Amino acid sequence: MTIALVRLDDRLIHGQVVVGWGQPLNARFIVLVDDEVRASPWEQDLYRMGVPTQIEVIFASIAEATRRLAEWQAADEVGIVLTGTVEALAALAAGSGLTRVNVGGVHHRPGRTERLRYVYLTDQEAEQLRGIARRGIEVTAQDVPTARAIPLTEFVS
Amino acid sequence: MSEPLRGVVISHAGLAEALVEAVRTITGVSDALVPVSNEGCDQPALQERIAQAMGSAPAVLFIDLPGGSCLTSAVRYARRGGPAVAVVTGVNLAMLLDFVFHREIPPAEAARRAAEAGGKAIRLPPAA
Repeated sequence: MTIALVRLDDRLIHGQVVVGWGQPLNARFIVLVDDEVRASPWEQDLYRMGVPTQIEVIFASIAEATRRLAEWQAADEVGIVLTGTVEALAALAAGSGLTRVNVGGVHHRPGRTERLRYVYLTDQEAEQLRGIARRGIEVTAQDVPTARAIPLTEFVS
Repeated sequence: MSEPLRGVVISHAGLAEALVEAVRTITGVSDALVPVSNEGCDQPALQERIAQAMGSAPAVLFIDLPGGSCLTSAVRYARRGGPAVAVVTGVNLAMLLDFVFHREIPPAEAARRAAEAGGKAIRLPPAA
């Protein structure tokens, strides 16, 4: 048992993560990797509200997460690692034995262009994802488990 | 209260729109509720949708789930300041039907009342 899903999703903890992925994976912990949330107890309370009590929520800064990733990968129970930025995902990928990452939701902002219905990226973010793939890590986009996992080459040219 | 409360229903997909339409059909009241969907939004974008739906009136924000992007965006919005606002989760038709006829009270009181009305509607009818 290990980390079953490493996900990029700018909504962080929300229904698709907790219910859509958490239930079929039987996840028992979620690691939310976000420097701002890590520093804000009230935001942590807010995110905990959306998670059933049987699932532990761990709040980690990017630095903490890169240090502890191997520990979570070796855990007895199944977990999900979640972050909201490509930058944080790239940091996680740089220092670990990750084999695959999931792009679950990056929404529109100025400077981003649509790659998929639920994935908008700047050129820099697209290049960061290519960089993750060059490390031999499989990068796919998939919002929910019942959807097809779309390879990076299909949504980032 | 000089201005009746506005209700902003915030949900995944088309649930908010459907709930608001159902209230309109049942009561004929068409100016009390505004639907907001989180479709295609990150949190800052959803906060902007909420701000546009609220306008300048005091309001109650009705959220579908007690966690997730709709709630986090609503609470973040409420903390920005501006018009008086209260948040209630687990929105259902019964609480909205009660709300539209009780909008001359402060938002926090309206939210408490709505939560009570919504909770009372969850029942197990006698088996046939």
